[in-house]
Amino acid sequence: MASYILRRLLISIPVLFAIVLVVFVVARVLPGDPCTATLGERATEEQCRQFAIRFGLDQPIPVQFAAYLGQVASGDLGTSIKFQLPVTELIIERLPTTIELSFYALLFAILVGVPLGIVSAWRRNSSVDVGTMLFANIGFSTPVFVLGLLLAWIFAIVLKGTPFALPPSGRLSSGVDVIPLAEVWGLTALDGLPRAFLDFLSGIYTLTALITFQWEALVDASRHLILPAIALGTIPLAIIARITRSSLLDVLALDYVRTARAKGLGERSVILRHAFRNAILPVVTIIGLQVGILLSGAVLTETIFNLAGVGKTVYDAITGRDYVVIQGFTLVIAIGFLIVNLLVDISYAYLDPRVKVGG
Amino acid sequence: MSGERRVGPLREKSGAVLRQRNARLGLAILAFFALVAILAPVIAPFAPNADLLSLEPGVKSLAPPCIHLLGCPADQWQHLMGTDSNFRDVLSRVIWGARISLVVGFVTVGFAIVVGATLGAIAGFVGGRTDGLIMRAMDILLVFPSLILAIAIVTVLGSGLANALLAIGIVAIPVYARIMRASVLTVREADYVTASRALGESQLGILVRRVLPNALTPIVVAGTLGIGGAVLDVAALSFIGLGAEPRTPEWGLMIGLERNRVFAAPHLLIFPGLAISLTVLAFNLFGDGLRDALDPRLER
Repeated sequence: MASYILRRLLISIPVLFAIVLVVFVVARVLPGDPCTATLGERATEEQCRQFAIRFGLDQPIPVQFAAYLGQVASGDLGTSIKFQLPVTELIIERLPTTIELSFYALLFAILVGVPLGIVSAWRRNSSVDVGTMLFANIGFSTPVFVLGLLLAWIFAIVLKGTPFALPPSGRLSSGVDVIPLAEVWGLTALDGLPRAFLDFLSGIYTLTALITFQWEALVDASRHLILPAIALGTIPLAIIARITRSSLLDVLALDYVRTARAKGLGERSVILRHAFRNAILPVVTIIGLQVGILLSGAVLTETIFNLAGVGKTVYDAITGRDYVVIQGFTLVIAIGFLIVNLLVDISYAYLDPRVKVGG
Repeated sequence: MSGERRVGPLREKSGAVLRQRNARLGLAILAFFALVAILAPVIAPFAPNADLLSLEPGVKSLAPPCIHLLGCPADQWQHLMGTDSNFRDVLSRVIWGARISLVVGFVTVGFAIVVGATLGAIAGFVGGRTDGLIMRAMDILLVFPSLILAIAIVTVLGSGLANALLAIGIVAIPVYARIMRASVLTVREADYVTASRALGESQLGILVRRVLPNALTPIVVAGTLGIGGAVLDVAALSFIGLGAEPRTPEWGLMIGLERNRVFAAPHLLIFPGLAISLTVLAFNLFGDGLRDALDPRLER
C-alpha cells in the first residue's frame, strides 16, 4: 500500500509541474496591466516602472518563471499585489472558508443523496422513485446562483421573524466571534508552521467552536452555513442520488442477489448488507469528481452569500490581474484535486478487495 | 413475426427514443421554447429593450407582475412577469432570451465535439507520443474547476457572449476527446477494420467510414447531456458579468444585473431562473432518454 501511494505521488509531480507552467503562462497572457489595475488608471509611467521593478515584472518571462519555481519549492507563493499580503497568508485566511463550505455541502449531498438513491432503487418505478428522480433532475438543472438567491430570499426575507429565518450573508453575525485556537490554548507565542496550521484550523469556524466549546459561535456559524451549503450541495446531491440508484439497480440484477433472496433474507438485508456494498464504488468515484463541481459552484455561492473564500478570491484576482494570487490559489486548487483523486483511488482498495493495488 | 415491416435504423432509433417518457417530456419543453424563440417578435408584448417610460404613462420600475385575470386593476397595464429596474417588460425579455439560451448550448457543445473528437481520433489512431501529448493536455484541462478555467479564458479573450461560448466550449473539449479516443481504441482492432485495411482503404478512409460511425452514439449521448451543463455555465458567466453584454436579454445576465434588487422584487429572479431551469431540465431529460434508448447495455 505504501509503495502504491508513493508511486501515485511520484506520477503526480510532472502533472503538477505542467500545471504550474500553464498557470504561470495563462496569468501572463491576461490582457490588462497589473500596474493600472492596482494603482488605478492615473498611475504615472514612473510609478509603474517602480511597481514593475518591485514585483519583478521587468524581468524576462523565463527568468520570472524560474524565480517563481524556486519560490514555490521553498513554500513562498509570493506577495499579493492588491492585498499587500503574502499569498500563503491569504490562503490560510481564505481556504478554510471554502473547505468548510464544501465539506458541509458534500455532507448534505451524501446524507440526502445516497438514501434517496437507495429508496428509489428499492421502490423502482413507484411514485417515490419517480418523484425522487424528478427532484434530482430539477436540482441538477437549477443554476447555483438561482438556487442560492432563491434560498436567501425565502429564508431571510419571506420567513423573517419566524424561527426558520436564516442569515443570507457572511459567516458570523456581528458581535459574535470565534476565538482562534492559539488564543484559547494560550499558544500565542507559537510561530512558523505550527502557528500557521493552528490559524488554518481556526478558520474552520464550526470545528474550532466545537472543540473549544464556544457554543454560541458554533450555533451562529452553523446557521450561516445552512443556506450556502444547500445551494452548493444540491447539484452534487442530484448526481449522487442518480448514480446510487442506477448502480444499485445494476447490482440488484446480479445472481448473488437472487441467491441472497432465495435464502430468505429480508429485502432490507439484501439491499443494505449485500447489494449496497458492491454498488458503492461508482458512488465513491462520483463523490470524488464532485470536488471540481464544488469549486466551480463555490465561485458563485461565495459571491452570492458574501463569503471571502477561495472561489471569490480567484475570481477577484483574475478580474483584478493579481497574478501572484491567481498562481498561488490555482496551484493550491490543483494540488487539492490531485490529493482528492489519490484518496479516491486508495479508498477503492479498501472498499473493493477485487481492486488490486499492486497492478 | 410474419409480414415484418422493414424499419430503417434511424426510424427505429428515434422510435426507441420517443418511447421514453423522459425524452418525450424533454422534447415537448424544448419544442415549446423553440416556438417561443421563433415567434418572439410576434408574441412578446414589447421589444426586449423597450423603455416603457416613453410608452406607458405611470409605469413603475420593479413592479410586481400585473395580471388582469388574477385581479390586477384593469386600468393598469398588464405585465405578466412585472417590470425590471430599467422600466422594461420582464416577460418580453424572457421571451427574447429563449433565442439566446437555446442556441448557446448547441454552439458550445458543437464546438467542443468537433475539436474534442478530432483530437481524440488523432490520439487513438496515431497512438504513441502524439497520443500521450494530447491526452496529458486534456488531463491538465480537467484538473481545473470548469468555471474557474472558463473565467480565466474569458479574461484572456475579453468578456462578451461569443468569448463566453468559446470558453465553455474549450472547457468541455476533454470529455469528447476521451470518449472518441476510447471508441477508436476499441474499434481499431476490430476484424472489419483489419479487413478494410487489407482491402487497401486509406487511414483517413478507415477513420471516417469505419471508426467514426461506431463512435458516434456515445458522443451524441454525451453531447446532448452536455448541452444542459453548457447552458448553465454560460448563464453563470453572464451572471457574474463575463458573458452577454449589458443590454442583451440573456437570462443569467438579467438576474446578475438585478442581483441586489431581487429580494425586494423576487419576480426578477423567479421568472428568468425558471426559464433557465426548464431549458436545462429539458435538455437533460432528452439526453437521458437518448442514452436509455441508444445504449444497448441498458435493460429496458
